Amino acid sequence: MELYRLGISELKELLDKKEVSPKEVLDSLFKRIDAVEDKVKAFVTVTRDKAYEMAAKNTDGVLSGIPLAIKDNICTKGIRTTCSSKILENFIPPYESTVTSRLLEAGYVLVGKTNLDEFAMGSSTENSGFFPTRNPWDLERIPGGSSGGSAAAVAADECIGALGSDTGGSIRQPASLCGVVGLKPTYGRVSRYGLVAFASSLDQIGTITKSVKDAALLMNVISGHDPLDSTSAPVAAPDFTEVLSKDIKGIKIGVPKEYFIEGMDKEVESAVKDAIKTLESLGAIPVEVSLPHTGYAIATYYILATSEASSNLARYDGVKYGFRAEGKDLIDMYMQTRAKGFGSEVKRRIMLGTYALSAGYYEAYYKKAQQVRTLIKKDFEEAFKQVDIIATPTAPEAAFRFGEKTDDPLKMYLSDIFTISVNLAGVPGISVPCGFTSNNLPVGLQLIGKHFDEATILNVAHAYEQSTEWHRRKPEL
Amino acid sequence: MRIDRKQVEHIAKLSRLSITEEEKDIFGTQLSNILDYIEKLNELDTRDVTPTSHVIELTNVLRDDTPRTSLPLEDALGNAPDRTEKFYRVPKIIE
Repeated sequence: MELYRLGISELKELLDKKEVSPKEVLDSLFKRIDAVEDKVKAFVTVTRDKAYEMAAKNTDGVLSGIPLAIKDNICTKGIRTTCSSKILENFIPPYESTVTSRLLEAGYVLVGKTNLDEFAMGSSTENSGFFPTRNPWDLERIPGGSSGGSAAAVAADECIGALGSDTGGSIRQPASLCGVVGLKPTYGRVSRYGLVAFASSLDQIGTITKSVKDAALLMNVISGHDPLDSTSAPVAAPDFTEVLSKDIKGIKIGVPKEYFIEGMDKEVESAVKDAIKTLESLGAIPVEVSLPHTGYAIATYYILATSEASSNLARYDGVKYGFRAEGKDLIDMYMQTRAKGFGSEVKRRIMLGTYALSAGYYEAYYKKAQQVRTLIKKDFEEAFKQVDIIATPTAPEAAFRFGEKTDDPLKMYLSDIFTISVNLAGVPGISVPCGFTSNNLPVGLQLIGKHFDEATILNVAHAYEQSTEWHRRKPEL
Repeated sequence: MRIDRKQVEHIAKLSRLSITEEEKDIFGTQLSNILDYIEKLNELDTRDVTPTSHVIELTNVLRDDTPRTSLPLEDALGNAPDRTEKFYRVPKIIE
């Protein structure tokens, strides 16, 4: 078995026993990157020299010698962090994000920064300001997004694990479409210090890995309160690897009727229903639940996320972040810089958010959406009175072809129909591989937990994964 | 909700975005379609519903007012497209 094929826990065992050296691991991994990266295009920056440097240092941490990829909207000190945007093309962060600081303390090795939809706005990685990433399972198809680079890098074995960010499904949807495990923790569980802000009431950093156990291992390192992020919750995190007992007898799994609807992809529907039957055979109890405001989630999200984005992205004015276009005066310089620096989806969202927050429209849009958000949150609170977790498809369909949805923003937005409510409610969600379509494209099962109860969804996801073979399949590249 | 060219120009100006004539039409149509979709929120009666701005209950997060080392000046200015001494430099504002 080639070393690059391994996950974090398997590789850690070999490294701990000194059966392989960090250098051998990197040699294997970069050989793999050299072989497949031209096809997949997962990375904006590959940090080869830095990786060997890091692998030689800090050899007794829990992640020593483990090569990980980091989504390129997470600041890495001294290493270009672009958000896949021309406006940040040459931005070198002067500080380290909290998550990568913690990974550094644990001894991780950075292999590269991964591609994304510009500023994490998109569901296909086609909105990258540089180039699209391709799905390792079918190079004619999108990898999902916005963490498409991280998901594709993990699926193509170009890294051992990765971090992504999830504002409306940006970890779970690409994980589902690339056949890997994606965890969006509870809002507040993982510090966002150093994550380039998109929609601050929704953004969350999480993991993309080859197994559920690997997600637990990374969560142990990145979770917990951070005084540098005032929205990080002062809640103690458990040892997430210790909760993976595989005993799920008696766990009540809510199956929301609103997530199995007319017109959804039949193959996705049957894969997810089969997965729920498997969970039942392992001792879990499926219970039908209702999340009645599901149909309003996308409309709510596109008001809140764009409003917050219009404010967060106001800082890119051609003064502080490297890129500037000339203008005839200061205002014109701002306008030219932003016109040339941002891509069309980012412009569209800034304009929508600016409109929603502008004088006379605030009550009708932003406040209304915040009120509907309360209703969506209450839906989950009610459901979680009856059940321990909720199971749904992660995405309404498997990976689609390039260009299929680029002309119609609304059609693209609907890709996140099953993941967005989770961000609005702030609860944790995980996507785990649960089958393949007849075209050999991966399908994901989403498990949603209560606030700060990643433990239960990780345990159920682990039990499911270990009783199936889906996660062992690899794309041919 | 129809967003006409004039409104697109106004929103673009508020957003500090210079847009082309062609973009005015495209954004106008796309924003109108998205806003039409968002209209569905009006099906819900939310008169007595408290808005949610934040999902976890944290208010007024404070810390002790103790001095800490801040980012060195050279690091902070490191990404400036134009600078002079210890300042960011921008096009002239006052005639």
